[in-house]
Amino acid sequence: MSADQQEIVIRAKGLVKKFKDFKAVDGLDLTIERGMIYGFLGPNGCGKTTAMRMLTGLLTPTEGTVEVLGLSVPKDAETLKYKIGYMTQSFSLYGDLTVLENLSFMATIYGLTGKKRKQRVAEVMERYSLSDLQDRFAGKMSGGQRQRLALATAVLHEPQLLFLDEPTSAVDPESRRHFWEQLFDLVDGGTSIVVTTHFMDEAERCHKIAILENGQKRLDGAPKDLMAGMGANVVEIEGQNLRDIRRRLLGTDDIVAAAQLGARLRVLVKDEINAPVDFLKTKAETDGATLIEKVRPNLEDVFVTATGEGRQ
Amino acid sequence: MRSLSRISAIFNKEMAQLRRDKMTFGMVIMIPLIQLILFGYAINTNIRDIPVAVVDFSQTGLSRTLTQMVEATRVVKFTERFSSVEEAEAAIKSARVRAAFILPDDLAQRIVRSPAVGLGTPASTDEETSRPVAQWIVDGSDTMIAGAIKALRAMPLSELFRQPPNRSTPTFEVALFFNPEQRTAINIVPGLVGIILTMTMIMFTSAAIVRESERGNMEMLINTPVRPMELMIGKIIPYIFIGLLQTVIILGLGHLLFNVPFGDRIFDLFVGTLLFIGASLSLGLVLSTIAKSQLQATQMTVFVLLPSILLSGFMFPYEGMPRIAQYIAEIFPATHFMRMVRGFVLRDATLVDLHYDVLWMCGFFVLGILVAALRFKKRLD
Repeated sequence: MSADQQEIVIRAKGLVKKFKDFKAVDGLDLTIERGMIYGFLGPNGCGKTTAMRMLTGLLTPTEGTVEVLGLSVPKDAETLKYKIGYMTQSFSLYGDLTVLENLSFMATIYGLTGKKRKQRVAEVMERYSLSDLQDRFAGKMSGGQRQRLALATAVLHEPQLLFLDEPTSAVDPESRRHFWEQLFDLVDGGTSIVVTTHFMDEAERCHKIAILENGQKRLDGAPKDLMAGMGANVVEIEGQNLRDIRRRLLGTDDIVAAAQLGARLRVLVKDEINAPVDFLKTKAETDGATLIEKVRPNLEDVFVTATGEGRQ
Repeated sequence: MRSLSRISAIFNKEMAQLRRDKMTFGMVIMIPLIQLILFGYAINTNIRDIPVAVVDFSQTGLSRTLTQMVEATRVVKFTERFSSVEEAEAAIKSARVRAAFILPDDLAQRIVRSPAVGLGTPASTDEETSRPVAQWIVDGSDTMIAGAIKALRAMPLSELFRQPPNRSTPTFEVALFFNPEQRTAINIVPGLVGIILTMTMIMFTSAAIVRESERGNMEMLINTPVRPMELMIGKIIPYIFIGLLQTVIILGLGHLLFNVPFGDRIFDLFVGTLLFIGASLSLGLVLSTIAKSQLQATQMTVFVLLPSILLSGFMFPYEGMPRIAQYIAEIFPATHFMRMVRGFVLRDATLVDLHYDVLWMCGFFVLGILVAALRFKKRLD
C-alpha cells in the first residue's frame, strides 16, 4: 500500500457512551485508514449505531476522544459535515417530495447552486439509475429504489468519508449485491466508507471489520485474517439425530460451539486439538454420525468464537 | 449567500409539502371562512327574544296589555303561561324559560299609583306608592341575560293610558364613537383575525420541527451543514403568506357580509398583522422544539389558544379582568394584536399611537426565534 492509503481517517480512543446507567459503547478504540470499507459487525443493540453517531458528531461521547479527517469531534462537527456523507438506518428523505426535489433540496443544503447543482443532481441520478424515477414520490418507491436515492443523496457533495448505518436491512438480495458494487466503485474513487451491519456475508465484503458486542470491540481486522486466526477448527457432521449429537457435544470440553445448518451440524473445535476430525470420530457423543469432515471457516464462525458463550 | 440559498431551499421544500398536503391546505382556507361566518352571525351581545313565562294573577285587559307592551320591547318573548309561581320556578329550573313575569291580582291599583305611568304624583305619604307594579323571577346565572331583563326595571308605562312617554332628561349624555349602531360584528370580525391567526399559525409551526423528527427526516437533516437559524427562517416564511391570506379572507368577507370597515390605515394594519404573524410563528417554533410529538404540539397549541381567546379582550373586555389576569394576558401576542387590529380598523389609530404593542410584538418575535434556534440542537443527546 502507498503512504497515501495508510492515512488515518478515523481515530477514536476510549470511546464511552452512557445513557443513564446503560453503557451503549464501552471503551471503544478505533483506527480506520483511508480508502477502505470498514464494517461494524454485531447484533442489534451492540452499540454499532451509537458508535457511528459519535463519530459523526450526532452524539457527544461520555468519555474518550474522536478525530475524523483530522477534525476533533464533536467540537468541529459542523465543519466535518461538509466532508462526510451519512445514510441513516431508516429512510430519512421526504416521502412527499419527488426524487428530483429531494436531491435538489439536499444539494442546496450542501451549498451547491445553479448549474453546478443541476449537473451534480443529474450525475448522481444517472449513476444510481434514478433518472427514470425522477418525478416519483420518494414515499412511493420500493426499498431498493429508496436505498439508491439515499446513497445518491449521501454522496451528492462528494464526501471523503461515508457513514452507512445498516444500509441494506430493508432491501432484497439482488439490490444488496448491486449496492455493494456501488460501494466498491466509490472506494475506487477514493472514498472511505464505514458501514454497520448484522449480515455476515456483508461483513465479509468489508476490507476490515470490528466485531462489537455489548458496546465493546471483541475483535478487529481483515475478515480473512480473522478467519485464519480464529482459534478453532470447523468440522461438519452429517447423520441421524443431529439434535441429540449437538446437545451432547455442547456439554464437552474443547467444543466451542455447535449449530445445525440444514442437514449438517457445524461444530467449532478448539485448535489445541490437532486432528479435530479424528477427535470427534472417536468421541461417544458423535454416535449416529455418517460423515465427519473439516470445512473452511466463515465469518459467522469467527463471530461465534469471538462473542457470547464462545468467548474465552 | 449560502445561507440565503439554503433558506430558499427549505422554503421551497415546505411549500411543495404544503401543496401536497390537501387537508392542511384546505384548512388554511376553510378555517377562516367557516369561523368568520359562524362567529360573525352567531356571536351577539345584543340579547333579544329571551324565552320567559308569564304568571297572570290579575287576568284583566290591563294585565294583557302590559304583557304585550313588555313583549314589544323584543327583549323577551312569552313562550309559556302558568297559573302558579311554583310552576314558573320549575320551568326556570328545567331551563324551558329563563325568567318568569308575575302579575299580582291587585295590578290595577299598583299601576295607578306607579310613578312610571305618570298620572300625577299621589300623596308621598302613601306607602303603597313605592310598590312595584309586577315582579320578574330571573335565572341570574347568566349575567348577560340577567342584565337584559334588569334593564326592563325602569320601563315607562305611560303608554298604557295613551299618554306620550315622559320626556325625562338623562343625567348624562352618551355619544357612541366607532360603532354607533352597536353591532357586535364590528367588534368580533377584526378580533377574529387575531384568534384564527393564533390558532393556525401556532398550530402549523408547532408541528413543523417535530414533524421532521417524527417522520425520521431530522436525523438526516442534522447531519447536513444546515444552521438552526436557516431552518427556522425557511420554515416560517411560507406561513407568513398563509397568515396574510387568511387576514385578507377574514377582513374581506367581513366587509362583504357584515359591512365591517377596513379603516383608512391599511399600511398600519399590514405591518401590525405581519408582526403578529411573526410573533405567533416564533412562539409555534419554540413549542415545536419542546414537543416530542405532533400530538403534544397540538396540545400545547390549545394551551396557548384558550387564554388567547378568553383573556385577550376578544370576548370579554380586558379592563374588566383582575390585575393579575391582565398581566398574564399581556404575555400573549393575541392581546396586543386585539388592540392593534381594532385600533387600525375601527378607531383609525396608527402604529405610532399603539407603539407599545408594536414594540412588544417585535421583541416577542425576535426573542421567540432566537430561543427556538438556540433550543434546536443538532445533536441527538
